[in-house]
Amino acid sequence: MFATGFLVLGLCQFGEAIVGTEVWRRRAWRAYLWPSVFFLMGVLMWPVMTFFTNSTIHMLAHGTWAEVLMIAGATELALVRGKLSSPWWRLMTALAFAVSGSAFLIHEQNGWFFQRSSFLHHAMGWTLFGAAIVLLARCIRPRSVATGSAFALTFVVIAVMLYCDRDLAPVFGHLSPIAGAPHR
Amino acid sequence: MNAELVSELEAPRHRTWQARAVSTIGPVTVLAGTVWALLQPYRVTLLHPHGQGFWWLVVEPPLLVMAVGLLFHLVVLPGLLEDLEEAGSSDAATL
Repeated sequence: MFATGFLVLGLCQFGEAIVGTEVWRRRAWRAYLWPSVFFLMGVLMWPVMTFFTNSTIHMLAHGTWAEVLMIAGATELALVRGKLSSPWWRLMTALAFAVSGSAFLIHEQNGWFFQRSSFLHHAMGWTLFGAAIVLLARCIRPRSVATGSAFALTFVVIAVMLYCDRDLAPVFGHLSPIAGAPHR
Repeated sequence: MNAELVSELEAPRHRTWQARAVSTIGPVTVLAGTVWALLQPYRVTLLHPHGQGFWWLVVEPPLLVMAVGLLFHLVVLPGLLEDLEEAGSSDAATL
């Protein structure tokens, strides 16, 4: 379900990269879609922090993640609304992606091939770091189709990772016995 | 060739390229979902529902990918093409 949400966002980002921000923002719902979802993800991260915390490092990672997502979402909302105008404010989004990547990597205590979720955390962490670099490039060239498409591709890649989260691929050949019984 | 005429032609050509590119997003996504379903039919648990749990029946990734492609094509694209056309005509008017 999360994967589907990310795929919808990815396709919309692709659309924006192709037609340009000016055309994309001609309708309010399109303009506010990504910033409001971004902000909402930050809000929803608080219940995750509260109810799915099984260690201090999880609580710190989820809490920090919630804060930066909300700050970056609010900044994007202000940019769309016109309260902020400098494209350099988009650095907040780059920061949010970098912190999100760090949160994934820091709170995953196991190696890449320990189990499916470990692999997912490592892969998504580094992908988000990559997206942060793309966002830095986007601050420098905000109208570039290439950087816009690369940003959109990040969402599609995350969607693919989440869709495959239930897989037990041959790459996990050395599964730990405490990693649980394979479903498939 | 008259430079004024060339500049009048540039904007509509650019908009046409954009319209074509954005129109392919939905169909390409549906195609990706279809290819995925054909390559890994075990992911479509509706084809063999016996013994499957709730989430394995509710979440069918290839079908969801196809649904997202259709959603983009039927809901997002029409308005986007309309706005692209309007932007194109306003560009031509200002030239």
